[in-house]
Amino acid sequence: MTDEKPGFFVRLFFLSWVAWLRTLFDADFAAGVARLRRGLLPAETKPAEEKKEAPPPKPVVLKEPTPDAALQLLGILQREGRFVDFLEEDVSGFSDADVGAAARVVHDGCRKALHEHFDLEPIRAEEEGTKVTIPEGFDAAAIRLTGNVVGEPPFTGSLQHKGWRIVKVELPKLTEEHEVTVVTPAEVEL
Amino acid sequence: MTERAQYAIGVDLGTTHCALSYVDLDLSEGEEVAQHVLSIPQVVAPGEIEPRTLLPSFLYLPHPDELKKSDLSVPWRADPEDVVGELARRLGSQTPIRLVSSAKSWLSHTGTDRRAPILPPGAPDEVPKVSPVDASVRYLEHVRNAWNDGHPEAPFAEQDVTLTVPASFDPAARELTAEAARLAGYERLTLLEEPQAALYSWIQRTAGEWRDAVRVGDVILVIDVGGGTTDLSLMSVEERGGSLELRRVAVGDHILLGGDNMDLALAHVVRAKLDREGKQLDDWQMRALVHGCRGAKELLLSNADETAAPVIVPSRGSKLVGGSIRTELTREEVTQVLLEGFFPEVPASARPQGRARAGLTTLGLPYAQDAAITRHLAAFLGRQVGAVEGERGTFLHPTAILFNGGVFKSPLLTERVVRVLTSWLEREDAPAPRVLEGADLDLAVARGAAYYGYVRGGGGVRIRGGTAKSYYVGVEAAMPAVPGLEPPIQALCVAPFGMEEGSEAELPPQEFGLVVGEPVRFRFFGSSVRREDEVGTVLDRWTEDEMEELDAIEATLPADGRDPGDVVPVRLRAAVTEVGTLELEALPRTGEQRWKVEFDTRGE
Repeated sequence: MTDEKPGFFVRLFFLSWVAWLRTLFDADFAAGVARLRRGLLPAETKPAEEKKEAPPPKPVVLKEPTPDAALQLLGILQREGRFVDFLEEDVSGFSDADVGAAARVVHDGCRKALHEHFDLEPIRAEEEGTKVTIPEGFDAAAIRLTGNVVGEPPFTGSLQHKGWRIVKVELPKLTEEHEVTVVTPAEVEL
Repeated sequence: MTERAQYAIGVDLGTTHCALSYVDLDLSEGEEVAQHVLSIPQVVAPGEIEPRTLLPSFLYLPHPDELKKSDLSVPWRADPEDVVGELARRLGSQTPIRLVSSAKSWLSHTGTDRRAPILPPGAPDEVPKVSPVDASVRYLEHVRNAWNDGHPEAPFAEQDVTLTVPASFDPAARELTAEAARLAGYERLTLLEEPQAALYSWIQRTAGEWRDAVRVGDVILVIDVGGGTTDLSLMSVEERGGSLELRRVAVGDHILLGGDNMDLALAHVVRAKLDREGKQLDDWQMRALVHGCRGAKELLLSNADETAAPVIVPSRGSKLVGGSIRTELTREEVTQVLLEGFFPEVPASARPQGRARAGLTTLGLPYAQDAAITRHLAAFLGRQVGAVEGERGTFLHPTAILFNGGVFKSPLLTERVVRVLTSWLEREDAPAPRVLEGADLDLAVARGAAYYGYVRGGGGVRIRGGTAKSYYVGVEAAMPAVPGLEPPIQALCVAPFGMEEGSEAELPPQEFGLVVGEPVRFRFFGSSVRREDEVGTVLDRWTEDEMEELDAIEATLPADGRDPGDVVPVRLRAAVTEVGTLELEALPRTGEQRWKVEFDTRGE
């Protein structure tokens, strides 16, 4: 196997391209990939058999998140607010005062980073706890109805959480060689 | 020779930050000004580039193995050797021996060779060194490249650029700033004093209403407290031909004292408190403490209800919860340190204790010895009592104040300054000063500089004033030598007060003998109060308060056509260039030749 290693990677590379292209242009294939990602085996030939009986279910295309931006954001939160340090530490043995003191570092820094890189706005401008009316045709992604969800819109209810929406993202650009998996480098003082 | 520029660009080369603002000349007319602030791409972390409105004025000179070259790349340059801006500031806070900071203060530091590689001061031999001029060139180049990166259709070199300098900069520091700008590719350059830029910015922001906010006879005090320096200027409002005119009537001394000193002072108070609790801080923690104190200070100053703000010194290692030190900064401490330390309530007769000594050391900057800005202000107003005609008090009475600099985001500090000044004025039956509102404290200087570039083309009111000092050359008095006594020195006025850009002073009648082929040095003086002296005036004595000795100036006559060692009688003529720098030339009695007299005489 060892002498076939380059060949293996070339094939892998080729496979990834084919898979990518087919995911884009072949709906059935994409559905299979989606199932794979959920940990299921590809549905083999089953959909083909069902095709004649019922209209095929609309394939669910799941977006693959690119890890680079996520890793970069982790790096920023760590740099500005020691985010990873805080989460990785076992806080069970410390007093609330100690945790609170550390939380201030995290809060100050991460808040600064959040505001620097994202423009946030509340989805609803009303005060939380006030009565709001949700018209017909509302954006279900931006407004979540809970509780006694019955009847027809417009719905009337009490605003529990005003929601947040990111209106602008501005992350630093990265050089090509930049290693995003290093959240924070080890520090050695000479 | 020059085509009309498309943009008027203003660059603020600050002690701690640089900024660029620009006016689109084609889209601006009258008080409708199309003005923007450039976001300057810079490396914010290794390999991460982000545009920010402020470029920290720091240069970091990394060890060859310290970082990957690509980590320092900027859009216009791959793999540079060093880095400017946010990353430089960040790396330098951990490795100060490789950090160049406060280059601007070094640029104005008389007594050092400002073209010599002396920064970072005291760094080990293997660390590459740069001169204060080099460092300034690096910041200015970065700003130029950032512009060109964003505006490929309008090259920087073809735009009108206004670069700001502290009003208190002496001719040598202005000349060096202009030289750095030329080296950085600033071709159509004009210098502007920072307090004037701040006032221009205020004028622009009022969109014409400034004419109602000020009146003839007003004296506007501009107090500009930046990160590292404090700059004071006075502008009077006059009438000429039926319209309002602004005139800059006086500028203060160069005071190395700013917001950074305040944060440091607070940190020392908190450190002493921790010491008493038996908690020792190392250098790294101390820097973190300064950072923490800045945040706590801002919280307390912007929020009058809080009695204390927590300050956390995080652990350096990955154990954040266990290793952090918690303390707090109280309102009392902030009041004590900032208000009583930097803005104490003093009488108008107060004067700073101990003067910053210039020229004695090349190791450190001549920081102000007295931190009380109100005492520096009292001294300034007291000295300038004659700056405005008809002034009858013991100090010059300002009628309006314009604040500039991030320090004054705190209403507590502006209120304190107004209160102190009001108490001085009330004692002399003068009305309380008005505060000119609406300034943009961080970006006013860059904005005002760009706006100035616009009004120079005829778009609005201009501040007049010319040079804020008269200049003198030291002449040894002709008298018998007394052993052990330095021959007394006289001062010959070569440049009168208020010389405008692009003007030449008269030729003084006095002649000097210059030895061909040998550099000849003259002592050089400036006065910010002797407004009446004309070219050729000779002073036999003066008080320490009215004259300030500057770096010596030097003239060398080339030997072309003359015999080395010959003595040639010359006269000295002063001129102010279009850029805004002072020039001195030596002219022989006959012939058309002229030799430039150097202000910066390359150390001893």
